[in-house]
Amino acid sequence: MRAAGYARRIAGAVVLALAATACGGGAGSAGGAGVLTSSWGDPQNPLEPANTNEVQGGKVLDMIFRGLKRYDPRTGQAKNMLAESIETTDSTNFTVTVKDGWTFSNGEKVTARSFVDAWNYGAGLRNNQKNAYFFGYIEGYDKVHPDSGRQSAQTLSGLRVTGPRTFTVRLNQKFSGFPDTLGYVAFAPLPRTFFTDHAAWVSKPVGNGPYRVRSYTKGSAMALEKWDAYPGPDRARNEGVSLLVYTDNNTAYTDVLAGNLDLVDDVPATQLKNVDTDLDGRYINTPAGILQTLAFPFYDRRWNTDGARKVRTGLSMAIDRAQITRTLFRGTRTPATDWTSPVLGAEGGYRSGLCGHACDYDPAGARRLIEEGGGIPGGQLKITYNADSGSHKQWVDAVCHSIDNALGDDRACVGNPIGTFADFRNQISRHKMPGPFRAGWQMDYPLIQNFLQPLYYTGASSNDGTWSNKQFDRFVDRANAETGTARSVALFQQAEEVVRDNMAAIPLWYQNGSAGYSARLSHVALNPFSVPVYNEIKVG
Amino acid sequence: MPEQRREQDGAIAGTGMGGAMDLAASEATALERTGGGPEGGPDPGRPRSLWSDAWRDLRRDPVFLVSALVILFLVLISLWPSVIAPGSPLSCDLAKAQDGPGPGAPFGYDGQGCNVYTRTVYGARTSVTVGVCATLGVALLGSVLGALAGFFGGVWDSVLSRGTDIFFAIPVVLGGLVLLSVVSSNTVWPVIGFMVLLGWPQVSRIARGSVITVRQNDYVQAARALGASHSRILLRHIAPNAVAPVIVVATIALGTYIALEATLSYLGVGLKPPSVSWGIDISAASPYVRNAPHALLWPAGALAVTVLAFIMLGDAVRDALDPKLR
Amino acid sequence: MGRYVVRRLLQMVPVFVGATLLIFLMVNVMGDPVAGLCGERSCDPATAAQLKREFGLDKPLWQQYLTYMGNVFTGDFGTAFNGQPVTELMATAFPVTIRLTIVAILFEIVVGIALGVVTGLRRGRPVDTSVLVVTLVVIAVPTFVTGLLLQLLLGVEWGWIKPSVSPAATFDELIVPGLVLASVSLAYVTRLTRTSIAENKRADYVRTAVAKGLPRHRVITRHLLRNSLIPVVTFIGADIGALMGGAIVTERIFNIHGVGYQLYQGILRQNTQTVVGFVTVLVLVFLVANLLVDLLYAVLDPRIRYA
Repeated sequence: MRAAGYARRIAGAVVLALAATACGGGAGSAGGAGVLTSSWGDPQNPLEPANTNEVQGGKVLDMIFRGLKRYDPRTGQAKNMLAESIETTDSTNFTVTVKDGWTFSNGEKVTARSFVDAWNYGAGLRNNQKNAYFFGYIEGYDKVHPDSGRQSAQTLSGLRVTGPRTFTVRLNQKFSGFPDTLGYVAFAPLPRTFFTDHAAWVSKPVGNGPYRVRSYTKGSAMALEKWDAYPGPDRARNEGVSLLVYTDNNTAYTDVLAGNLDLVDDVPATQLKNVDTDLDGRYINTPAGILQTLAFPFYDRRWNTDGARKVRTGLSMAIDRAQITRTLFRGTRTPATDWTSPVLGAEGGYRSGLCGHACDYDPAGARRLIEEGGGIPGGQLKITYNADSGSHKQWVDAVCHSIDNALGDDRACVGNPIGTFADFRNQISRHKMPGPFRAGWQMDYPLIQNFLQPLYYTGASSNDGTWSNKQFDRFVDRANAETGTARSVALFQQAEEVVRDNMAAIPLWYQNGSAGYSARLSHVALNPFSVPVYNEIKVG
Repeated sequence: MPEQRREQDGAIAGTGMGGAMDLAASEATALERTGGGPEGGPDPGRPRSLWSDAWRDLRRDPVFLVSALVILFLVLISLWPSVIAPGSPLSCDLAKAQDGPGPGAPFGYDGQGCNVYTRTVYGARTSVTVGVCATLGVALLGSVLGALAGFFGGVWDSVLSRGTDIFFAIPVVLGGLVLLSVVSSNTVWPVIGFMVLLGWPQVSRIARGSVITVRQNDYVQAARALGASHSRILLRHIAPNAVAPVIVVATIALGTYIALEATLSYLGVGLKPPSVSWGIDISAASPYVRNAPHALLWPAGALAVTVLAFIMLGDAVRDALDPKLR
Repeated sequence: MGRYVVRRLLQMVPVFVGATLLIFLMVNVMGDPVAGLCGERSCDPATAAQLKREFGLDKPLWQQYLTYMGNVFTGDFGTAFNGQPVTELMATAFPVTIRLTIVAILFEIVVGIALGVVTGLRRGRPVDTSVLVVTLVVIAVPTFVTGLLLQLLLGVEWGWIKPSVSPAATFDELIVPGLVLASVSLAYVTRLTRTSIAENKRADYVRTAVAKGLPRHRVITRHLLRNSLIPVVTFIGADIGALMGGAIVTERIFNIHGVGYQLYQGILRQNTQTVVGFVTVLVLVFLVANLLVDLLYAVLDPRIRYA
């Protein structure tokens, strides 16, 4: 009897202790006065500018680096930042002048050499920089980064420092849009310490942006503080940002609700229904340069016939984009009607409705076209995606149900999840896709060229379906050689029409960036890359 | 006293490890120590009486009857789901997403606009298949290897026991993530195969300990003296008397395998569409729980009741087989 | 005793080698880890080849394994793809998971055994039946459902706790995650203790102790409990390893940056070195915990002698 009572007392004490210690939570965020906390994902690669190719690493680099150009957080237009001028007469030779007065946060001056050294490092094969191909337009890239073997040159022959603040760039082909690509983070300048004490730099990166890194615990958190001596026009309006790594965005959203976190970007689709009541309007939903498509395995002969072209068009018409974006994504996606993005603007080459009837939901027409084209190759459509991140399962299932319903066969389409992103990429690069597969394209820089050339040009870096069309290639070549922006864009649009006529990929929807934030914050905005514009956020 | 030590070794080897599905092992270990042990166990010379006693007890045990009825019901709807559920579990209409109960859909609709009732009924087949097949595989592989180790002893025992330890040392969920992340088949077999691969050591240890205990008995020695072959001794004399703990562990493990399938789905490496399973539905519905709790509630409830039924069945069988608790 | 320990330690060697080899093979089945490194595009062939060379992935598998194990014995567990030594990851992850495991084990010991004793002493009474039903339900509901529901209820709806755990992961933040992690084992400990107590309650030595006129709590703590704890200790000992390696789901839900998180990330990114390194340590923990449990037997039951 007494023992039972004893045991009960222990149990009671545990419950009490639990209640007492655990109740400390609730209000109050991890950040101090003027410092905001924000959700983050663990960057996959070391935070070197030319080695960061995903949003999470890009988030940090956008805070601690400023390049020659910067894309306007609202319009996406490339504007001079560190560049005083970038001049060319032939779209091949460029003369760059760097503004005076810029320094790195350790006091070192930003010079022409800061750029040239950084670019040579980024292009060098031995440095394993995953964005090296960005330097592929610069003359001498084939020596610094050969397709196989070792690099035979240390520096790009197309780069030459001509003065403390000037350098020249010589390209290996005409590329009129080149200056506009220079806002991409791979082109950021690097201080000397990056080369002299690389390990220390990587564990605590030093840049020239409005923030500097105060502490960095890999895999869990990074504290950034406002750099008071920042010489640029876009100074931070808060005291700092604390980035906290979350494995699951749902948890981050839950933390914002509980007042445990100030800002979550990319609100999970499953929570969107509640977002208005949960956050009382502290939610933004801004167009971003992201297009979701279904790509096809053109290396599989069954998908590379004239009949298959009709089938692809039919499938596109079997997808009820409006229903899916409304119900599943609650307006954070917009049905796609071309192969670029609205953030480019009409001048930049976005043309609404270019896809025409092929992107309208028309079950009867879809059925007819698919029948005419000889039916779905293999009898069943398998849409491959990676199941480890994002809400891919939800929309793939929804797309499949839409196709099933249109075709009146509940086994016409089935999702084919791959456990990990790495394995997904692996199977794509080994050309093992059994049917269409998820292809998300997030623009690197806001140019129509970036939405077309890397994806559909013969042998291009992200042409995973190995689509090849001479007509398309010719239009792209001509567009790149064109010096006038308007004419160049028009040629790219003609190339895009070729993509449409062949339905090289089914455009699904334009993705918006979304974010929810706590009542402490104001002036929260997302740039066209769906990254929060941290320096403009005000706390309190 | 060498015999005492040997038996203790058997108990030690019964240590469960590697996540929820091995937990049942320890309970069976307790049973094995007391039930099959030489001190005070049932007289092993009359094996039939142990089983018939147990059966007489079971028939009167309400826990057994209830769980057996539930399981029978599950088996029936697994075989003929269309009898009680109209329509196809694969036909979904996004326009009805997250809707509450309606005509033909007493449980409402899930986030994709699929009929929760139909999917829950059809899910039983997959979940029961996974549970039953994985358990059969584990029990077969585990008891054969365990019996061989226990019966022959010596080098056989050392090699097999260390092999058991190797597979035991790999955390189950981790093994599932690694092995199943590369599988592209959308059938239930990879999941079952993985469960067998990492589940057999649990049964193997129990079987080994049980066989070691039974092997000491006089009637086995007598059969050996009469010149019976190894296989005859194992199959006719040892197996019937050593199988009780294995059955108990297996019944309880069956429930945990069904739950494990759900966890694997949550981690994105479980069964794949067009399979319809409770695990898939639970993991798909869990992020929607605030808006459409019904989509989570029904499959999770069905899963819980099923697991419960199998665990209670195992409990009842163990109690019936364990004379000390009578 | 000494000889027994030495024998057990020797037996560990093949198990250790076998388990690490097994996980090494499993991770390698996952395919080419370099493919996922370049985002939504394929790495250019030269960079891919260079990366493979640097991580030693161009060598045959057996050579990779031998090199790896050789390095492990010198304390080098390799480098993760983000350039961080795996030992550094371990230094941040293991303390967190150890704290989480301690919380979970404490729940198992304190609550589990207490409930087990109560129910074991009152077999068949309402207390017993209701606790039994609760434990069954806990076992039957998958952990991730329990975790998500508790997080939503306690963290958001009622605001009792923070829904996630900060990088510091202090003990008080780990109480609810620890409870979720321990829940299933807790139910088992309760049931195990209950069975064991009920069984030993009728043993002669208990009757003797009662007849001697010893106070009831003394009979229970000194005689009954001590003898009933062997299967429980076995279970909890073995559970330590399982909890540390099995916290993948709990750590994901509560955003805890421990071993489970690192393993999950490592698997998603096919980071061979991280996964194999962490599992190697987990296997060691498992083996040592099992040995300790066996040695504890001798303490609990003086009749057992190891030679």
